Amino acid sequence: MSSSHSLHLKTYCMLLIMVLFAPLGNVLLGKGMRSVGSAVSWTPSQLPHILSLVLKSGYIWLGIASLLTFFVAYMLILSWADFSYVQPASSITLLVVALLGYFYLGERISPLHWAGIVIICLGVFVVGNTPPRTTEAR
Amino acid sequence: MLEALLLFLVVVSGTGGEICVTRAMKRVGEVTDFRPLAIARVILRAMKVSWMWIGISMMALAFFSLLAVLSIENVSFVVPITALNYAAGALGGKFFLGERVTPRRWAGVLIVCVGVTLVWLGKR
Repeated sequence: MSSSHSLHLKTYCMLLIMVLFAPLGNVLLGKGMRSVGSAVSWTPSQLPHILSLVLKSGYIWLGIASLLTFFVAYMLILSWADFSYVQPASSITLLVVALLGYFYLGERISPLHWAGIVIICLGVFVVGNTPPRTTEAR
Repeated sequence: MLEALLLFLVVVSGTGGEICVTRAMKRVGEVTDFRPLAIARVILRAMKVSWMWIGISMMALAFFSLLAVLSIENVSFVVPITALNYAAGALGGKFFLGERVTPRRWAGVLIVCVGVTLVWLGKR
């Protein structure tokens, strides 16, 4: 196996981890927070109690673990791949969040909402495909 | 109203935190040695820069705001809205860090804003 081939393989594995774990983390946080109750009815005196509920939720901890996994993969991939390559590729995470929300959490998503998500992904793709460094190193 | 305030905090405080951390890390200097001991030294040095602590506090505020808004709204609504980070990041990068934002990046930011508007309207 050539070194360029193995570099590609390594990059795709890391991208796959990023694209799976960032949305999974957010979805798990969402599921955990749903069991805590809506913030609309929170009062300041309840906050310590709510914080203890949050810290006792297994879903929240799984969510944080998933986001940390994403973060480590993100840091590792940035050590060899360009930011302007990684950021557009990771725009797909927004679409994965919506798919997980739809299929796993049973959230309702209107056609306009789907269109918005696809356009946001496109926008992130365009943003990311620009030079990552425009200032001189100090 | 509360959800709009919380989303605002997620975006502005999150991006503000990242900008402060960037400022702190630029002051620490470019990391060229990736051995564990050298990285530990970089972290220790970064912890002495006050921008780092401001940044970490703002990012913590953004995280708890995210948790609060997730208790009200669907994750498929909240996460796409947080893509406004790219708009806040472009503005913050330009005005606080003196970065040059290319027309192409502004175009991307504009497309993100259009998408966020559609997601917002699609929920109603």
